Amino acid sequence: MKEKKDVLILAIESSCDETAAAVVKNGREVLSNVISSQIELHKLYGGVVPEIASRKHIEKINQVIEEALKEADIKLDDCDAIGVTYGPGLVGALLVGVAEAKAIAYAKDLPLVGVHHIEGHISANYIENKELKPPFICLVVSGGHTHLVCVKDYGEYEIIGRTRDDAAGEAFDKVARAIGLGYPGGPKIDKLSKEGNADAIAFPKAHVEDGPYDFSFSGVKSSVLNYINGCKMKGDDYSCADIAASFQKAVTEVLVENAMRAVKEYGMDKLAIAGGVASNSTLRAAMEKACEENNIRFFHPSPIYCTDNAAMIGVAAYYEYEKGVRHGWDLNAVPNLKLGER
Amino acid sequence: MRILALDSSGLVATVAVVEEDKTIAEYTVNYKKTHSQTLLPMLDEVVRMTEMDLTSIDAIAVAAGPGSFTGLRIGSATAKGLGLALDKPLIHIPTVDALAYNIFGTSRIICPMMDARRNQVYTGLYRFETAFQVVEEQMAAGVDEIVEKINKRGEPVVFLGDGVPVQEQYLNEHVEVDYLIAPSHLNRQRAAAVGTLALSYYKKGRLESAKDHQPDYLRLSQAERERMEREKAEEKNVGNQDD
Repeated sequence: MKEKKDVLILAIESSCDETAAAVVKNGREVLSNVISSQIELHKLYGGVVPEIASRKHIEKINQVIEEALKEADIKLDDCDAIGVTYGPGLVGALLVGVAEAKAIAYAKDLPLVGVHHIEGHISANYIENKELKPPFICLVVSGGHTHLVCVKDYGEYEIIGRTRDDAAGEAFDKVARAIGLGYPGGPKIDKLSKEGNADAIAFPKAHVEDGPYDFSFSGVKSSVLNYINGCKMKGDDYSCADIAASFQKAVTEVLVENAMRAVKEYGMDKLAIAGGVASNSTLRAAMEKACEENNIRFFHPSPIYCTDNAAMIGVAAYYEYEKGVRHGWDLNAVPNLKLGER
Repeated sequence: MRILALDSSGLVATVAVVEEDKTIAEYTVNYKKTHSQTLLPMLDEVVRMTEMDLTSIDAIAVAAGPGSFTGLRIGSATAKGLGLALDKPLIHIPTVDALAYNIFGTSRIICPMMDARRNQVYTGLYRFETAFQVVEEQMAAGVDEIVEKINKRGEPVVFLGDGVPVQEQYLNEHVEVDYLIAPSHLNRQRAAAVGTLALSYYKKGRLESAKDHQPDYLRLSQAERERMEREKAEEKNVGNQDD
């Protein structure tokens, strides 16, 4: 039998505040994964400033790509395709990666494969779980996204639930700011909540009545803010650790409930989580427990593949590449790109 | 020597291949489509029409600011990607200098004006004596500031750039010297001018690596500007308390 030639993809990601490049072999093996984070810069402003993010991307992008090639010990000529995130995300930030990827692909006469950022997050699960194949349900939770997705096949998605307002990670950031933890809020709330009592305060759950798989996080966020204001007005002390733990529990419970409902309703035996909030330890533990109780296999990426990175884009690009997806030199950044659109 | 030049600093997208004695190709479009959709297809068209081997170029010149922040980054990222892939150096050309370079051999002062919004223009002053000279380096300034400089010099001037139609009434009312406005074929960014100016940069060794290149915005981001103003105000308050 003739052996199939290896496919090497150089992938670029610049949709928000990480400038990243990676080399991925055959869609599953990460040869390099370089991330230049801008978090320190944006901390000064309490959140990501789009113009500053874009400026930092253009400053760092070549260095990050060169490091990714070096670490993978390959040359551009060894690559079979260039993958790049073209949406959703901050338009100015996306454009840096898209223009760079197009120019490299053009100059080297390589195929260009545009990737949906969320498809990247979902695909991060393939890196460390070699046995994971579609179909499965995936919960994508990050600072910008909260989606419950049915992954029917590689590159084929049905969004079955989504947030009606704030993304889960956004709610974490806002609550973190309210209790003086600063940005980014997710990891800080996760840490502080370990010292708090999750049953201390009953915050409302983020259910949506007319959508069994949808979420709403602005209500729980507001009730946290109201609780703090109420305490302040009465001159009562309040425990930030209890607030963090109780808030986190309210968010986690609805994420788990909706995900388990989807798994059952769609007759799946596999559940994966993805995105920045997927590294939250409480969410992971709760998902793991629920899956175990329901005899469902649970998958999650390591934290390094949960955060925005280019390795996940390389994985998604590989499956798109294999399907024959190619983008033209007029590829544009699409800030509100829908999952499954090409 | 052969230079590939790009300019996407304003509404115009323009790509050229320039040699010492001639322009091999220039493709310039002044239309609303985003540069992300136009710039690389335009380069592709130039390369195909001229049957050019991209590796034959010696450097990539880019109008690197000032201009639209996003437009500048599309040009710079394209140049950086080409430079990385082809292993060629970049040449960082000040946008306003290249715009002025559209005009040649005039005895007038050349004053490009790009619309910079917030009631400002990106501008500068240039002249030809024996060679092209920068009189006032490119800057973000109020139109009144640059007109005051022009009036003080008292020399005839030629205006060009997309800031001119925006400021035409002001110029009409306040410029006290004899002035002309450059016609359509000269009054916007053209990559051939960027490339020709870049030839002289190349000869002087004014190159940079694709890795190190970044645009020169001439302006802070709004968030940085507001943060600095806030810090300044806080400093002042602290200072006042000390008094």
